[in-house]
Amino acid sequence: MGLLSLAIWLPILSGGVLLAYGRDENAHAVRWIALVAAVASFVITLPLITAFDVSTAAMQFQENLAWIDRFNVHYRLGVDGISVWFVLLTAFMTVIVVISAWQVIEERVNQYMGAFLILSGIMIGVFTALDGLLFYTFFEATLIPMYIIIGVWGGPRRVYAAFKFFLYTLAGSLLMLVALIYLYFKSGGSFDILTWHKLPLAMNAQALLFFAFFAAFAVKVPMWPVHTWLPDAHVEAPTGGSVVLAAIMLKLGAYGFLRFSLPIAPDASHHYAWFIIALSLIAVLYIGFVALVQQDMKKLVAYSSVAHMGFVTLGFFIFNELGVSGGLVQMISHGFVSGAMFLCIGVLYDRVHSREISSYGGVVNTMPTFTALAVFFAMANCGLPGTGGFVGEWMVIIGTVKVNFWLGLLAATTLVLGASYTLWMVKRVYFGAIANEHVRKLVDTNPREVLMLSLLAIAVLWMGVYPKPFTDTMHVSVTQLLKHVAVSKLN
Amino acid sequence: MNWLAVYPEIVLLTMACVVAMVDLWVTHPRRTPTYLIAQASLAVVAVMHLAYFNGGATVYAMQRMVVSDPMGHLLGFFAAAAVMVTLAYARPYAAEREMLKGELFTLAMFSLLGISVMLSANNFLVVYLGLELMSLSLYALTAMRRDSLNATEAAMKYFVLGALASGFLLYGLSMMYGATGSLEIGEVYKAIGTGQINKSVLAFGLVFIVAGLGFKLGAVPFHMWVPDVYQGAPTAVTLLIGGAPEFAAFAISIRLLVEGLNGLAVDWQQMLIVLSVGSMALGNLAAIAQSNLKRMLAYSTIGQMGFMLLGLCPGVVNNNTLSAANAYSSAMFYVVSYVLTTLGTFGIIMLLSRQGFESEQIDDLKGLAKRSPWYAAVMAIFMFSLAGIPPTIGFYAKMSVLQALVSTNVPGLIGLAVVAVLLSLIAAYYYIRLVKVMYFDEPVESAPIVAGGDVRLLLSINGAAVLLFGLLPGGLMAACAQAIVQALAT
Repeated sequence: MGLLSLAIWLPILSGGVLLAYGRDENAHAVRWIALVAAVASFVITLPLITAFDVSTAAMQFQENLAWIDRFNVHYRLGVDGISVWFVLLTAFMTVIVVISAWQVIEERVNQYMGAFLILSGIMIGVFTALDGLLFYTFFEATLIPMYIIIGVWGGPRRVYAAFKFFLYTLAGSLLMLVALIYLYFKSGGSFDILTWHKLPLAMNAQALLFFAFFAAFAVKVPMWPVHTWLPDAHVEAPTGGSVVLAAIMLKLGAYGFLRFSLPIAPDASHHYAWFIIALSLIAVLYIGFVALVQQDMKKLVAYSSVAHMGFVTLGFFIFNELGVSGGLVQMISHGFVSGAMFLCIGVLYDRVHSREISSYGGVVNTMPTFTALAVFFAMANCGLPGTGGFVGEWMVIIGTVKVNFWLGLLAATTLVLGASYTLWMVKRVYFGAIANEHVRKLVDTNPREVLMLSLLAIAVLWMGVYPKPFTDTMHVSVTQLLKHVAVSKLN
Repeated sequence: MNWLAVYPEIVLLTMACVVAMVDLWVTHPRRTPTYLIAQASLAVVAVMHLAYFNGGATVYAMQRMVVSDPMGHLLGFFAAAAVMVTLAYARPYAAEREMLKGELFTLAMFSLLGISVMLSANNFLVVYLGLELMSLSLYALTAMRRDSLNATEAAMKYFVLGALASGFLLYGLSMMYGATGSLEIGEVYKAIGTGQINKSVLAFGLVFIVAGLGFKLGAVPFHMWVPDVYQGAPTAVTLLIGGAPEFAAFAISIRLLVEGLNGLAVDWQQMLIVLSVGSMALGNLAAIAQSNLKRMLAYSTIGQMGFMLLGLCPGVVNNNTLSAANAYSSAMFYVVSYVLTTLGTFGIIMLLSRQGFESEQIDDLKGLAKRSPWYAAVMAIFMFSLAGIPPTIGFYAKMSVLQALVSTNVPGLIGLAVVAVLLSLIAAYYYIRLVKVMYFDEPVESAPIVAGGDVRLLLSINGAAVLLFGLLPGGLMAACAQAIVQALAT
């Protein structure tokens, strides 16, 4: 069994074991088993980076088994510079989620932990699948655990949010299924993604495929105007659910653009780039304003996620290396930062049971350690130099300026917006005088919370100060991708 | 005379009579001897079908009245297995409702005999004979709870509408006979192929045949009996109606439309497209509005059969049958996966019904995840499979049908695939609503769920099968493809 298979199936199998044998009477053991499984799953992904050959754009750690002979479907896995970091990000965030749920989840602990472990394995599957149908299987399978997570442990409107999440995402991906089958037919009976990359396609076929993929990935990213499920899902999901949604699930969509839309339909991608760029700019600008007026902290961070992901799609569709690499770096750093933001909200919510900004004020007086960390992540969310948030946004902006100065300027102004909504929230929640009795009674973070937030803080700082390992890994793959996309597939 | 070709049917007939006789001497309240004999004979029949399927030969027998081919035997195996599973799920349920009589087993076996006859029919009248044998057994089974008003009403409706449908089918078949001068499916095929037959008589007969098949499949606009019968019949009988007979409906569709009337494919494909889109639209929309679980599943069946019919549409494209094997085998795989899932779904309903009340309302599933995480998980797998979410078998079934449509490269059929996925999105809503009821709602009753070891094991195997055939669907798909290829070759 290869490394990638292990990274996929170890969490899934351990999650399955927890589901089958865990009971609330032995919740303590369940938590420890979940933690051990999550850490082990993370550790086994480390060799992916240490043994990664940065000088080639070819798929590495490949595995290939025949799966469904009748449709020539293969269990084909592999990573390149584009996907490898997301495997680690997923495994890492799962460890954080398990820690974050430690004392918070007391009911059906085994199902909660099991669902997240299974989800983690499935998402790694999405990032590593090199077969269209395998990709789709993993992509859709993520819906099941997330639906359960939102619906069982979510907030008061959890049922509505769970349905909206499920149906929105399903609607998009069903169209992608038709596109995948069409490619299977066009390529003479192959589901191999790398074969599809080389497949010549007429312009109208490319356009249809492009929009079918767009339907699936735009919903997942999410791009304006199909983003409305995200605020609902985020607000109602339990903390862990929000973290995984923001940190990893949104990246599945953006990753799909790079793996499918751009290389399979390069001409359509160029032709409709203006469309994606326009939607991305609307996302960063308009959603930035929407975030400004939110009363609910989770909603604010959710909208800020939409805006940040707008940067990612913008970077992808300007077709230069700074843009694409910047988008990828932004995806990883946003994974850490938004995950941390949701964890911070979770820490407050566990104590006060409110997500309203107006329920807080002056938290710094009672929770100094926590506030230091929270403000740090808020800064990273604004894109402060020295944090991970800065690197990606800066690269995308420079890349955009190279293409068109005015577009770049427009994108850059959003940094101001990002700073305003984030810092305004920080001011209202953390600073000022103590607002009410609840805040007065707050107890500062316990070691568990400090641990999970510090781990993330280290990651964010590392990305901000020394992003070279990330960009080095991506470089060859991104250059190769751009070279591929620049060549027309027509005739 | 080639008796060898019909051994499974002979064994089934003999054993059905034996069961009827033996039961006269059985006093055991749980009918254990009858049950065991019935199950054992069904198992023998299933194994025989499987052996014949592995043999892979196509043999005509009884003056070419019947055919023994891999498609018939593979479906025969599944049908026998489905009846076995149904009886196992039904025994505790029936025992508590004074339905556990010898007739239950005898009639179930006779209905399976009818199914078997249809599966191996090579003659219009044999198709009709099998259909009536199956239907009459099922009418009687539906009415088995004489003192239940619902069941009696359902039986009446089923009988009247079923008889009407049989009449339609028979009328259509007689038109074909009049036009072509033969009742044998192969001869009809040849006669139509000559192009000498009056086209309007054929088209007229075809309409009646398709209407009759539509009734049996429960396709819109011939679906009216489905919700009432599913709801009214005792759940055990609902499963006998909704399980194995689907194989027969599929098989006679292939035998009549493809093996017999392939020359009219252009006409019946258009009819099937209308039936299919109508079924998916109406079935899935109406299912949303139901509060009765069995009624919801009835509408869901209508929608699922609509999706299956899609697989029959792309068989002949531009007078070219290259895509036929691909198309029909995907439809066959769809039926198999659908029945596998349905068995488990109704199994769970019967399991929950056993505390002296009928668990029929969707609300009765409330909080099942708290009462029994295991059964809730199994039921959730069934629901995700019906909704077509990977990695369950239902997804691969939908995928293969869509693949058959898209591979024709006909824009209209690709458009049909898009319509189908959008309608299955609507279906996903009510399936995951059931998951919501089980997982997100609080239980209204706390009575523990009691189940015998055999039912518990069987349900777990059923759930695992839906999941495992989803993870590894290759073997089953290949078997269906092999069966269809050979059916088309002759």
